[in-house]
Amino acid sequence: MRLLTHNMLQCHVKSCNDPALNFPLQFQEVELEQIEAEENEALLLNLVGKIDWPALVQTTSELGITGLPPTKPDVVKNDPALMKRLHEILLETNVAQGKMVCRGCGHSYPIKDGIPNMLLAEHEI
Amino acid sequence: MSRPEHIAPPELFYNETEAQKYTSNSRIASVQAEMAFRAIELLCLPEDKSCLLLDIGCGSGLSGEVLEEEGHTWVGLDISPSMLEIARDREVEGDLMLQDVGQGLGFRPGTFEGAISISVLQWLCNADSKTNIPKARLMRFFTTLYSCLVNGSRAVFQFYPENDDQLDLIMGCATRCGFTGGLVIDYPNSKKAKKFYLCLFAGQGQGAKPQLPQGLGTDETADPQGAQFSQTRNRTRGPKGGPRVSVKDKHWIMRKKDAARTRGETVANDSKYTGRKRRVKF
Repeated sequence: MRLLTHNMLQCHVKSCNDPALNFPLQFQEVELEQIEAEENEALLLNLVGKIDWPALVQTTSELGITGLPPTKPDVVKNDPALMKRLHEILLETNVAQGKMVCRGCGHSYPIKDGIPNMLLAEHEI
Repeated sequence: MSRPEHIAPPELFYNETEAQKYTSNSRIASVQAEMAFRAIELLCLPEDKSCLLLDIGCGSGLSGEVLEEEGHTWVGLDISPSMLEIARDREVEGDLMLQDVGQGLGFRPGTFEGAISISVLQWLCNADSKTNIPKARLMRFFTTLYSCLVNGSRAVFQFYPENDDQLDLIMGCATRCGFTGGLVIDYPNSKKAKKFYLCLFAGQGQGAKPQLPQGLGTDETADPQGAQFSQTRNRTRGPKGGPRVSVKDKHWIMRKKDAARTRGETVANDSKYTGRKRRVKF
């Protein structure tokens, strides 16, 4: 799973609906993997518009990835170094193993072979 | 035709052998790709823009490959681990997730610019376990889907409804969750090629109200055997389409009497009673 997708995921346990806590999910015991992806400037710009920047900064600092400004820059387009770094982080960094834990309800979503298991138990629906 | 959703729940039905069979069968693959292509067409995405799309029930990534070809990025959800394993082995570009969509989607609001789903919705109508209530699951699914779509975007579901009740249930749930849109039926007169696409609009966005696209093979010229109607019958109606007006009114009687006089026949004199109806007598 790419970090891009992690930035879009929130806990979907029905009773867990505090927006401050159910996003972003916290990574634990993760194994990262770098998979090369084709560069696409238009796509990246489209995605940057959707990214929740504080959450991305928080996640990357927890994972020990550096190279992102703490606040969202106004113009990303004119900064080729930042564009390259964003491409590496969002589209090429994959989480192979580990789990994601919700800060609100504590539900743990295991990630196995790059595929997160988002299934819920009966009492959480 | 047997329906796989009657046999077992999806996570069990699509086991390793079935998933392998499904993916290696070239006929299934081509049908899936064709439907995925049509679904993208119905999404009406802005041209030359690569969008982030959601593939609900991506399976082994057959439909995702079509999305890649069109230059979009996608995230795929499926409930069958075996299917996802095959998708991973085929190195599809999208991100995969093991998820039961009936439990709701866990995405931030306004994430996706569109969603497609090929042959999935009918599975959501199953009541496999005691806690599995189709209506509740559909409602949860459509509510969470609506919120994770960008305002003004579309979701297209190809599915095989079993009967009209199922169709009503699905469309009713979608409407109650705020979706507009409706059903597009391709080739409605063909038994084999007939396909149902539920085309839903999440909000109006900017611009004009979205129009439901026309289904394929529905225009009359495509069916040369049927009789063509050239004009409608012209019935003599009263004002505002009321009851028929009698043709033999006073004018008609006067004309006939004039004609008879010119022929030299004996004709009764004209008076104020000419052409009037007699009083009803018992």
